[in-house]
Amino acid sequence: MSPQHPETTGPGTSDAVVAPDATAAAGGAGGTKDRAQYGLCAGLALLGAYVLFDASRIGAVSSSNDPVGPKPMPILLGVLLLVVAAFYAVDIARGGHGEAEEGEDVDLSTSVDWRTIGMLIAAFAVNALLIEPLGWVISGALLFWGSAFALGNRHHVRGLAAGVALSLITFYAFAIGLGVNLPAGILQGIL
Amino acid sequence: MDNITSLIGGFGDVLSPMNLLIALLGVTVGTAVGVLPGIGPAMTVALLLPITYGMAPVEGLILFAGIFYGGMYGGSTTSILLNTPGESASVVTAIEGNKMAKAGRAAQALATSAIGSFIAGTIGTLGIVFLMPQVAKFAISLGAPEYLAIILLTFTGVTAVLGASRVRGLASLLVGLTIGVVGIDFVTGQQRLTGGLPQLADGIDVVVVAVGIFAVGEALWVAAHLRRKAGEVIPVGRPWMGRSDWSRSWKPWLRGTLLGFPFGAMPAGGAEIPTLLSYTAEKKLSRHPEEFGKGAIEGVAGPEAANNASAAGTLVPMLALGLPTNATAAIMLAALQGWGIEPGPLLLTKEPALVWALIASLFIGNTMLLLLNLPLAPAWAKLLQIPRPYLYAGILFFASMGAYAVNSQPFDLWLLLALGLLGFAMRRFGLPVLPLIVGVILGPLVERKGRQSLQLTGGDLSGLVGGPVAWVCYVLIVIALAWPLVGLVRSRLGRSGGSGDHHDGPGSGDGQGPDALASARAGYSFNSPEA
Repeated sequence: MSPQHPETTGPGTSDAVVAPDATAAAGGAGGTKDRAQYGLCAGLALLGAYVLFDASRIGAVSSSNDPVGPKPMPILLGVLLLVVAAFYAVDIARGGHGEAEEGEDVDLSTSVDWRTIGMLIAAFAVNALLIEPLGWVISGALLFWGSAFALGNRHHVRGLAAGVALSLITFYAFAIGLGVNLPAGILQGIL
Repeated sequence: MDNITSLIGGFGDVLSPMNLLIALLGVTVGTAVGVLPGIGPAMTVALLLPITYGMAPVEGLILFAGIFYGGMYGGSTTSILLNTPGESASVVTAIEGNKMAKAGRAAQALATSAIGSFIAGTIGTLGIVFLMPQVAKFAISLGAPEYLAIILLTFTGVTAVLGASRVRGLASLLVGLTIGVVGIDFVTGQQRLTGGLPQLADGIDVVVVAVGIFAVGEALWVAAHLRRKAGEVIPVGRPWMGRSDWSRSWKPWLRGTLLGFPFGAMPAGGAEIPTLLSYTAEKKLSRHPEEFGKGAIEGVAGPEAANNASAAGTLVPMLALGLPTNATAAIMLAALQGWGIEPGPLLLTKEPALVWALIASLFIGNTMLLLLNLPLAPAWAKLLQIPRPYLYAGILFFASMGAYAVNSQPFDLWLLLALGLLGFAMRRFGLPVLPLIVGVILGPLVERKGRQSLQLTGGDLSGLVGGPVAWVCYVLIVIALAWPLVGLVRSRLGRSGGSGDHHDGPGSGDGQGPDALASARAGYSFNSPEA
């Protein structure tokens, strides 16, 4: 373990190694306070409160084998969640903000595309609802096609064909080949 | 010499046609997902978990080992050719590597990173052979209080040392620990945090958590900010190096390995610090310091070796102590649990054949990677052109399949969606993902050790204070947590009551490393699924 310290580590000189792309990300949220963070902060506090509430309902069971019982761990977690939420709020108030994650395909200069997110969630929900009645081959193909559509794919036939191919391949390879549990649904007996 | 004998035994187990085929499959898949944007080895291993439950543990581990090492090879290809590293450990490689590629030296950059990775991986794996059994032997003698202290030190490492912001790392860890509590208590059988839902009585399966946070969260995050115009890939031929490249590369490879392995082997190491240290060291030692920033080969060779050696090092605490310090190792531990194998200090004693086969497969996979990557680099680079809608639709498809297959209940798909949205929020707000997954996996263990420690003293808190090992851990934890305070006090005193306007940046950023690199890191948070 090597504790890091701003002044003591980093023997290197700090002449400019200009990192491309870094400026945009660093400057992105710099000016204004990122108030949406308070939402996450409130979520943490709510979670902490719920954990404490749930812990209060656990009957105090202890034995010589287990003098502690199941209660202290959630109580500790609940308290810590509340404490961290408070520190988090202080950090936000002082202008702290987490850096949104960069990635190969991530363009942080755009704002969040809620329409795409909504369509993806819908495709996801359709799969969760249909997987047992219709079976994985159909619901999986719809999931793939729907997600690709949400992400901007406009070759509908190609997308659907790829989805059907993928779900058939996975069904035969994993469900029948490796014994993974995937439902056949209404295609039971046909596949 | 016992180690060598056991290792040879391990090679004997691995060198069957079937296992070699699985190793080849592993390194191929690993390289592919390393190259592909948005997917990393951790996500891949998570997606494959439910499938491997049907395989023998040895086969599954060989597959995962291949993906683990292959992912790093592929990751460096992307960072050199695209200059948008998906993983924090490749940030440093990208600085010089992409400059080299732009200057028409992509082939040499890829070659030095592939050969350096091979050398570092091989030396690092040898390091595992000699170090891991010693650590395991030592760890067996530790009691519950000492073990508890080591776990807490790991928590401190993944939250406070590795991330950019302590409070965000801690929040992530606590959410993970809370998820780990859900279900029936293992001693008393009482339901905790289940909300009365019978599907939650067995707890939330770690596969669903990992797939939700890594795969669904990442896909949703990318979808929200999808780059409409894909980044420009620098075309590349077959990697090769000239005589001067070799003579400039071999010392950085070895120095990078020496820096990387010890950091990886510590319960709180990681790859970020050693790659940064290696970069600065090479810059100082280079006979061509003027080339740094314009594409110096030493600046690729050193950090790449450090990255791979540190990855090898992380297998020491994983195998000897059952403690994960990176995301892929965390999910490999979950896989062991899925096969009914208890990770921890007794693993080597109880399952020696499995452990040595895994280590032998690392040597084999590493060699395969070199053979696979040098000639095939141009083909791998083509993977970067896959249409993004299909790529991310495919991730969601496999994520849903894997999560459903764990328990065959649609309920898990809704849970997966909820966890995916959590993963999305964490990426949006810069919360690191690693502490959460470590918390989910180690949460039950830390509670069990805590309760065992207190068993002896009948609940008296003095039971938590163990022997010298525990003391050392607690001292290290206090030091790690107290450093920013020291810095704060110092700057307060130094400025003698300035405006009080501390520029704390993202949390209490403890800026490890030179400023320029710190600013490079700022762009890439620690959240990467490819960690």
